[in-house]
Amino acid sequence: MEKFLQLTLTGLTNGAIFSLVALGFVLIYKASDVINFAQGDFLLVGAYITFAFVGQMGLPWTVGVFLTMVLAVLLGLLVERFVLRPLIGEPIISVIMVTIGLSSMLRAFVSSIWGTTGQPFPPFIPNFNVNIGTAVIPADRIIAIILAAILLIIFTLFFRYSREGIAMRATADDQQAALSMGISVKKIFALAWSIAAVTAALAGVLVANIIGVSGVVAGIGLRVFPVVILGGLDSIPGAILGGIVIGLLEAYTGGYLGSGLSQVVPFIVLILILMVKPYGLFGEVRIERV
Amino acid sequence: MESGIFHTTYESDMALRRTPLMRLRLILVIAAALIFPFLANGYQLTLANQIGITAIGAIGLNILTGFTGQISLGQGAFMAVGAYSSGLLAARLGMPWWLTLPFSCIITAVVGAIFGIPSLRLKGLYLAIATLAAQQIIEWLITHWTVLTGGVEALVVPTPTLFGIRMNDDFNFYWIMLLLLSATTLFAVNLFRTKIGRAFIAIRDQDIAAEVMGVNTFQYKLLAFATSSFFVGLSGALVAQYRNIVNYERFTIETSILYLAVIIIGGLGSVSGSIYGSVFMVLLPAILTNLGRALGGVIPGMSRLIPFIQQGVFGITIILFLIFEPEGLAKIWRDIKDYFRLWPFSY
Repeated sequence: MEKFLQLTLTGLTNGAIFSLVALGFVLIYKASDVINFAQGDFLLVGAYITFAFVGQMGLPWTVGVFLTMVLAVLLGLLVERFVLRPLIGEPIISVIMVTIGLSSMLRAFVSSIWGTTGQPFPPFIPNFNVNIGTAVIPADRIIAIILAAILLIIFTLFFRYSREGIAMRATADDQQAALSMGISVKKIFALAWSIAAVTAALAGVLVANIIGVSGVVAGIGLRVFPVVILGGLDSIPGAILGGIVIGLLEAYTGGYLGSGLSQVVPFIVLILILMVKPYGLFGEVRIERV
Repeated sequence: MESGIFHTTYESDMALRRTPLMRLRLILVIAAALIFPFLANGYQLTLANQIGITAIGAIGLNILTGFTGQISLGQGAFMAVGAYSSGLLAARLGMPWWLTLPFSCIITAVVGAIFGIPSLRLKGLYLAIATLAAQQIIEWLITHWTVLTGGVEALVVPTPTLFGIRMNDDFNFYWIMLLLLSATTLFAVNLFRTKIGRAFIAIRDQDIAAEVMGVNTFQYKLLAFATSSFFVGLSGALVAQYRNIVNYERFTIETSILYLAVIIIGGLGSVSGSIYGSVFMVLLPAILTNLGRALGGVIPGMSRLIPFIQQGVFGITIILFLIFEPEGLAKIWRDIKDYFRLWPFSY
């Protein structure tokens, strides 16, 4: 029972981080129908920039994280303008491959500056443990949960009430109709990419805080695919729920069936979900016509 | 300058090479391929063999992704299946190397068809992610099914010999590679002149319309997965025999991405494009390495940067090709030919 409680808590907290990463995926997909294979590398860049500001230059962490967020917005805008915009309307494989190429470039950029060996992250997130019964949760995970919750509320409100949020939903629904209603689709894409980049950078900081800064941070980008597929590629509540479910699944299989299995079970689940519900739990079912 | 091509018989109209110039080019290419190993040194032969193996795998992937439109991120895993079946059949059962090749092709074709089943309901992005899952699952099986594969330890394959001659030195292997590459190319080129190949293309262009016109989409998609995996398996088996050693690290998701890059840069839906792409993607890192070494004396710390430069250039090449020439090297070559064919009245 104790083990179960601990595993549940671990699963939930890891799930919160997954959800955070998945949010970025969903945001970009929702606005522009692009699946971003470089999302993991956005995390990596965010983690390393914060590391450079706080760990190497010794800036206070508030300033460091703020500057990281500013740079992340810039990165998102640059990527959207120079890499994705020329490919609007191109086949899916081109869009997939361009984000893969981007991922390769970002990774080369990071490792040519900071090398490939892992380094400890500057400990600015308070390091204490919260005990619930016999189970232990580290503080950084709690921050991840709180951050995920805050972002979820902000995004939900943003999509429901703000002018830009509604415009983004309209764009996702039908680009041409949105254009004819006077929405600037270009601005919407730029907005989506910069928000996604900021979310990814924050998630990167949290992940690096747990495992240190190294290329491994980018690997979480792949592990999030089962999450977004389970929840549905275009559903924000789906991303949150998917994150938690996959987090729990990894924790339980890791705890009860051996740690090796926890890497592969989410992918087996992914294939099964795709076979039964191709659009995930909350994804919008699209009807195709010739 | 020509005014048009006029055929007077069905044979000449349906031939693969329809003009004297095309036939001349083919003869020149064949002659060059036959003379090359006698002139090249060991390093160049190694590169040529790598290009050949990559080209066979790329033609396989192009059948699935370029011609049938099913994006696969599982190429690395399917190559691993081919390599491990060839290696295990030779090492554990003592099968001669040439007999392991057809077996490993068939095994890979079956595995490919199994992982093609999700294509019944999925397409595009979702199918790409399903094949990504296939990659992860197969990779996991290889590293954890230790009894069969030896896990993360490398599998040592007995040296392939024929009549007592070692076949996997660079010179002898070149001929095997050339034979199999020619057979693969010939098969692939002719495949798209048959009913099956045309069905593949119909599925790529508009799957719903194809189904309405009587193409059994699911059956043909599975067939595409199997045909493609057959050649991918052959490529993997050749890697195993050529290197004498099989290691899962050679067949990760990076490999899948590399092959997708090969067919995009070469030209999606073009058999010759797959070969151009392989030449480009094998030579690019080799040239960068040599360039980096040459500059090593001039710029300090250059040798440390080589792998990152390779990675960065790899990424930027993909992006530039997708933005400026999405149809790849095959299109560039076609444009060059057209320019000279119609010169000086090229409008």
